[in-house]
Amino acid sequence: MATFFGEVVVAPSRAGLDEEEEAREETPEDREIRREIEKKRYRQRGEIKEREIQVLWSCAEESLVCSRFIVAIGRNAAAFLSSFILDSVCWEVIGVVKLWNEWCRTSSTTNVLPTDSFCLFYRLISDPTVLLCQCSCYVAEDQQFQWLEKVFGSMQKKGLQVTILSTCPVADYKTQESTLTLVSPFLKALKTKEFQEQVCCPLLEQPNIVRDLPAA
Amino acid sequence: MFIPCDRGGGSAAPDFKGFTLLMPAVSVGNVGQLAIDLVISTLDMTKVGYFYTDCLVPMVGNNPYATAEENSVELSINAEVYSLPSKKLVVLQIRSPFIKNKYRPFCETLLSWVKSSKCARVVLLSSSHAYQRDDEQLLGTPLRYLLTPDLEKAVGGRMKELNWKEMEKVAAYPGINDTDKVLHIPGGGITKLLFTESCSEGIQMAVLLKFCSEGDNIPDAFVLVNYLNEWLQLIKSEVSTSNNSTDPSSQWKIPSSWRLLFGNGLPPALF
Repeated sequence: MATFFGEVVVAPSRAGLDEEEEAREETPEDREIRREIEKKRYRQRGEIKEREIQVLWSCAEESLVCSRFIVAIGRNAAAFLSSFILDSVCWEVIGVVKLWNEWCRTSSTTNVLPTDSFCLFYRLISDPTVLLCQCSCYVAEDQQFQWLEKVFGSMQKKGLQVTILSTCPVADYKTQESTLTLVSPFLKALKTKEFQEQVCCPLLEQPNIVRDLPAA
Repeated sequence: MFIPCDRGGGSAAPDFKGFTLLMPAVSVGNVGQLAIDLVISTLDMTKVGYFYTDCLVPMVGNNPYATAEENSVELSINAEVYSLPSKKLVVLQIRSPFIKNKYRPFCETLLSWVKSSKCARVVLLSSSHAYQRDDEQLLGTPLRYLLTPDLEKAVGGRMKELNWKEMEKVAAYPGINDTDKVLHIPGGGITKLLFTESCSEGIQMAVLLKFCSEGDNIPDAFVLVNYLNEWLQLIKSEVSTSNNSTDPSSQWKIPSSWRLLFGNGLPPALF
């Protein structure tokens, strides 16, 4: 792409391409930096790779029978659950996700502050098949599939109904009018065709989409 | 990888034996993907399944080809398969970019699915950076094609009849040695990898690509899909009575998800 001043620059492509195979013009310093980043991302500590996530349960996995699973992704949704649903009388912590990525690190502690990055699982004491997850940390795109497989792989599903709570900026909402005039906050929903119950809010219209862990 | 849709009644997985698989490469301007959207939307294709893969960035939304409220509530994800048995056509649409380091595993799994489902041939729609053209490529048509040796035998003649231009190879070491030529498709995403793998594995693959730049790529998508139509004749190009020329652009149906590609409405307070 030629700019106004006549020099040719490589335009970033919307298609999100990564021309790894093409020979790149790199200085030795660039190569060194790239090598160090790759090493940190994929460093192996014993059997566990740095990018790998671990799901740690405090109870036996065989006892994880689930009929209702509520997942709150992002700080706002996690805070909603903390404010209106969770309490130490009715809910017990039964698991935690330990992960690292360039944006955040979570640990295996279950004693967290609201400002920490964490991903915790709770169980309703009066009905142990109701599980809840608060995920305030960012799960990177190469970890989302892992998260899914490890979490859902651990539970025995019994007529499972999953509810995912998350938030998006109003500015990202695509609509004919300007988002300035929209009354916000507002709710939108997506549902699978197997979900037959009444949805409490309108469905998300095209061309809006959902990304990241809620989408996964 | 391929999960068929449950259409009820315990129907068996769809049979793609002998079908043409049409698919996009995630490439500059997303032209291949836009062209595939036009094909699916115009031919009103039925979704028959999806790819369960960890290689693509996750996304989900409601039906991008919705025409009315009734059909707007079907969920749609990042890699879905549509079919039109009457034209022996199966289409894969990819809606998000590859996760870092995952494009190779995706290509391998895809090609092995192509072989196991016994598709007759694969047509890959792609694009390449317009600014990387050489002096000769700047003139004439911006459209190019490539055929694997197995498909060359079958349809090479047809391409000559259509007067299509084959993608040129470039010197491997420009300025030093002009005799070693290699295929170079900058901005083409997985195009080159899929093509070279298909050549070595004996898969019949055609690549149709357009030189373009990032921007409003809707016209590029129309050009590419009309190019495809010259060969596969997916829709009839009607002769327009007013100016007596064939202009198939008007026969392609733009999907409802193409609304608001360049942002929302403006706040009235701006004026």
